[in-house]
Amino acid sequence: MTGMEPIRQDAAQRFAKLGFPTTRDEDWRFTNVSTIAETQFSAAPFDLSGWGEGQLEQLLAPYEGSLRLVFINGRYSPELSSLQLARGIGATPLREANGTVAAHLARYVDYQDRAFVALNTANFEDGACIEIPNGTVVEEPIHLVFLASGGDVPVISHPRNLVVIGPGSQATVVESYIGHGAKYFTNAVTEIVAGEGSVMDHYKLQEEDERSFHVATLQVQLGRDANFSTHSISLGGGLVRNDINAVLAEGTEATVNGLYLPSGSQHVDNHTMIDHARPHGTSHELYKGILSGASTAVFNGKIIVRWGAQKTDAKQTNKNLVLSEDATINTKPELQIHADDVRCTHGATIGQLDQEAIFYLQSRGIGKEQARDLLTYAFARDVIDRIKVEPLRARLEKIVLERLHANRN
Amino acid sequence: MALLTIKNLHASVAGKEILRGIDLTVNPGEVHAIMGPNGSGKSTLAQVLAGRDLYQVTDGQVLYDGKDLLTMPPEERAQEGIFMAFQYPVEIPGVSNMYFLKAALNTIRKKRGIDELDAMDFLTMVKEKLALVEMDPAFLNRPVNAGFSGGEKKRNEIFQMAVLEPRLAILDETDSGLDIDALKIVANGVNLLRTGDRAMIVVTHYQRLLNYIVPDYVHVLANGRIVKSGDKQLALELDQSGYVGLEEAVTA
Repeated sequence: MTGMEPIRQDAAQRFAKLGFPTTRDEDWRFTNVSTIAETQFSAAPFDLSGWGEGQLEQLLAPYEGSLRLVFINGRYSPELSSLQLARGIGATPLREANGTVAAHLARYVDYQDRAFVALNTANFEDGACIEIPNGTVVEEPIHLVFLASGGDVPVISHPRNLVVIGPGSQATVVESYIGHGAKYFTNAVTEIVAGEGSVMDHYKLQEEDERSFHVATLQVQLGRDANFSTHSISLGGGLVRNDINAVLAEGTEATVNGLYLPSGSQHVDNHTMIDHARPHGTSHELYKGILSGASTAVFNGKIIVRWGAQKTDAKQTNKNLVLSEDATINTKPELQIHADDVRCTHGATIGQLDQEAIFYLQSRGIGKEQARDLLTYAFARDVIDRIKVEPLRARLEKIVLERLHANRN
Repeated sequence: MALLTIKNLHASVAGKEILRGIDLTVNPGEVHAIMGPNGSGKSTLAQVLAGRDLYQVTDGQVLYDGKDLLTMPPEERAQEGIFMAFQYPVEIPGVSNMYFLKAALNTIRKKRGIDELDAMDFLTMVKEKLALVEMDPAFLNRPVNAGFSGGEKKRNEIFQMAVLEPRLAILDETDSGLDIDALKIVANGVNLLRTGDRAMIVVTHYQRLLNYIVPDYVHVLANGRIVKSGDKQLALELDQSGYVGLEEAVTA
């Protein structure tokens, strides 16, 4: 990881200048991070003691048999990882990667103006570095697992990932964030660089402890005619903020989907920015939220169509199902269009379960509670069904159903 | 014993009285047609029997198989063998017909103390029932009513009825919006389900349906009351003279 020192110092200085955002910043209007700012975090230790043996096995089972990098509180665990399948592709902890890191790390994501990115860049310990050479198809998904645990004192970790897909290559990367324990903070940054004509599917499954903080930025730099998809599933975390920034090139197709299921007092904020920098780009965005308890959620979807990015086709949809009177959603599309021959559509809905549909199901013998579950799950399904990694989809189906059941009781 | 006994049933919606004293007795094996102009309370009667909570029952009694129907939640009524074919079947995106029907059937079977059907037996059974309404098996994998044409939705209702095998079927304007071909398919499906122990209440605005589903009794509803009852001849008379005289007779 040579050559990073100047950038890290620069980032540290930027963070010192920026400080944590406040609700006076437009981008953070509905997400108050003052509790993060006021907490004295120490570096999270490399410590597995908080995890029961059976628990870890169960967590990692769906990722068995594939290329897997596991990090404990932001540090690489060779014991839990499995790199033997990395035939012909680069898969290493960031600390051990040199050339790729020097060429790409922190080149795309903005640490000058984004405080949490600056904080990560200045402080990260490790993360995954994945490099797929030109014209290589990797069929098995690559799993990046981030285990976090909090203890008596608040701890912080800064996972930092870099994924570089060569021209004409194809790969699937799954990021899983799993944690337990009180007051810990995961501040993650992932940069993806996808070469010309490459195909990449990315998934992020966030299952942090409901007392934790989770802030994550995904920066995606897409080459000409690349085809990219990401699915961001937010289940855990007390205070959650996801930023996804995707920059498209000519003829690029990007799918940016998300699902969030806050309950209790959870807060989940999804900010996405899709930058149509060049002509003939297509983007599809579908975010769905199911809110219960006294939870709050934010969706802010920015689409930029740059001057000259003609024939852009951008579609954004945000749908929310609000199951409780105490839950709150703030949803906002933000379109900046500087070209004149484009198609951009956006739509947001906030609704409750359809009483007519509940009655319809009841009139066929299905109990009211089961009817509600069925309809709620059906609402989430069109995001879940798009997940192509079978074990991930199966796991998510199970989690969502259990979650619905728990919310009811 | 009568399957259904309605006595002096009054019901309101949002404080407005719609049903003003309905009396009706339905025995097993009988088909009763309820006719009447728009706003007469036909659909309200169907919905009240199915348990829709939009309507408040303010007076009267309904006995189903000797039990107090009005205290049962809708799902219990269905489990006890009541089925209403909706005038406007609800679209449920994200839930496949197959999943929906299997969940419904197995809940009902469980309640009746019969073993749940496994996937293979279920599929064999539903394919037979699909044939009754001339529907393509591919439709099992489609979401419930989503993107269906009006005719497909109505056929789906009759198909569900065939699968769930109710003791009392209430068809709420199943003929509305159907062209003659679809009407024949729907009516044929219904006729194949007529048995000696299954009763039906057919709610309709038009006599046309009753050419194909021939009722044992015809009742005319106006202003929330049954103003005239007779056999199938009554429907033909109404077709000629309309409802006008009957409405006046009541309000006078």
